[in-house]
Amino acid sequence: MNTLLNNSDLFITGFRNTLILFFFAGIFALILGTIVATLRVSPIPAMRAAATLYINVVRNTPLTLVLFFFALGYPKLGLVEIDFMTAATVGLSLYTATYVAEAVRSGINTVPVGQAEAARAIGLPFTQTLTLVILPQAFRAVIPPMFSVFIALLKNTTVAAGFSVAEAGAIRSNLSERGEPAMAGLLWVALIFVLLVFILSFVQRKLEKKWKVAR
Amino acid sequence: MTIQAASDALVSLNGVNKHYGQLHVLKDINLQVKKGEVVVVIGPSGSGKSTLCRAINRLETIDTGEISIDGKKLPEEGKELALLRADVGMVFQSFNLFAHKTILENVTLGPIKVKKLDKATADKDAMALLERVGVGQQAPKMPAQLSGGQQQRVAIARALAMKPKVMLFDEPTSALDPEMINEVLDVMVQLAKEGMTMIVVTHEMGFARKAADRVVFMADGQIVEDAKPEEFFTNPQSNRAKDFLSKLLTH
Repeated sequence: MNTLLNNSDLFITGFRNTLILFFFAGIFALILGTIVATLRVSPIPAMRAAATLYINVVRNTPLTLVLFFFALGYPKLGLVEIDFMTAATVGLSLYTATYVAEAVRSGINTVPVGQAEAARAIGLPFTQTLTLVILPQAFRAVIPPMFSVFIALLKNTTVAAGFSVAEAGAIRSNLSERGEPAMAGLLWVALIFVLLVFILSFVQRKLEKKWKVAR
Repeated sequence: MTIQAASDALVSLNGVNKHYGQLHVLKDINLQVKKGEVVVVIGPSGSGKSTLCRAINRLETIDTGEISIDGKKLPEEGKELALLRADVGMVFQSFNLFAHKTILENVTLGPIKVKKLDKATADKDAMALLERVGVGQQAPKMPAQLSGGQQQRVAIARALAMKPKVMLFDEPTSALDPEMINEVLDVMVQLAKEGMTMIVVTHEMGFARKAADRVVFMADGQIVEDAKPEEFFTNPQSNRAKDFLSKLLTH
């Protein structure tokens, strides 16, 4: 307990950064992933091919490599300069979006084709058929896998410690510099992660209950 | 078919052909439906009658030929097609109510999003339609809470909410329990009496006798007969139709 209380500054900064990373990367991944999923089911072959290529390339690359690219490779390209925190957010978003996209796509596949036909038959154009009828039902069907993706994202934020973002995964090394027992520090970090994931699971159960679609 | 007759048709199919791979499902179909006419399409399974019905609002594409609605040729995919579909009501065999929306929302979605009606007006119109098909009480419920017959009547109300020029029914009672068939047919008979233009694919010969102006008999992708109901049922011309009707009457 002393390890936690005497170094609360480290823990607070660490988990604050973790939550900031999680929050922004989560939102961007959700938006990007949904767009990529709809491209994968689009009637236009070029769009399907582009989405499939993106998913296969990024999802098959280890997260560490994706993050190192944004930390070390990206600055050399001479584009807009970004700090490490932004780089980590972009990397995590692009990586997580591939998993979101596959979850959403499997959700789209659970929606009976008649739903889209009925939407088109009352005169809804393609985008509205998707946003008003297909996607709301697809999301409801994939809450469990979607939350697995977000729980993985929460934990993946620690990988960002590898390149100077002081989030929760960096707490341990900072603690050892202060001469605290490494084991105690690690256990506290783990415990707080378990608590955070517990909160996510609670939200998941609530949503599953609220959004149950009966057929 | 003279040019005069073709031009006053509300729904007009000319030389329509469609293949599924090797299978020739629609063979040179010519069909004109006038305003206010009720046309019942019957025939054995696999005769192409559902495909014909779905081709009219382009849920199925066709290979050759031309389909027009109220003098306008069916457009390719896109905004124009969506607008034209709003004028063609469709009722499906499996109801296809939007599972995540209430009964009322199912009926108001089209008027609000496509016709840009304000919510209050759309709600009022929708309630009137739901009352008319006898499911006003069910408005706040979800589709899965209703019986099949009730769901199908909601589906009819949803189509009517767009104030369509023509209504297509694709085997509307085939997925229903026997005791629910009549509540749906009653609504359809009423609709026919009110002068709605209807194209109905069905196995309900009773409905054909009662409400149809014309019966179109299809077999193997072709229109084999096109006659008044009493003419068709009492004196079918083709062997194919005689055979079909005799099979119906043995039970």
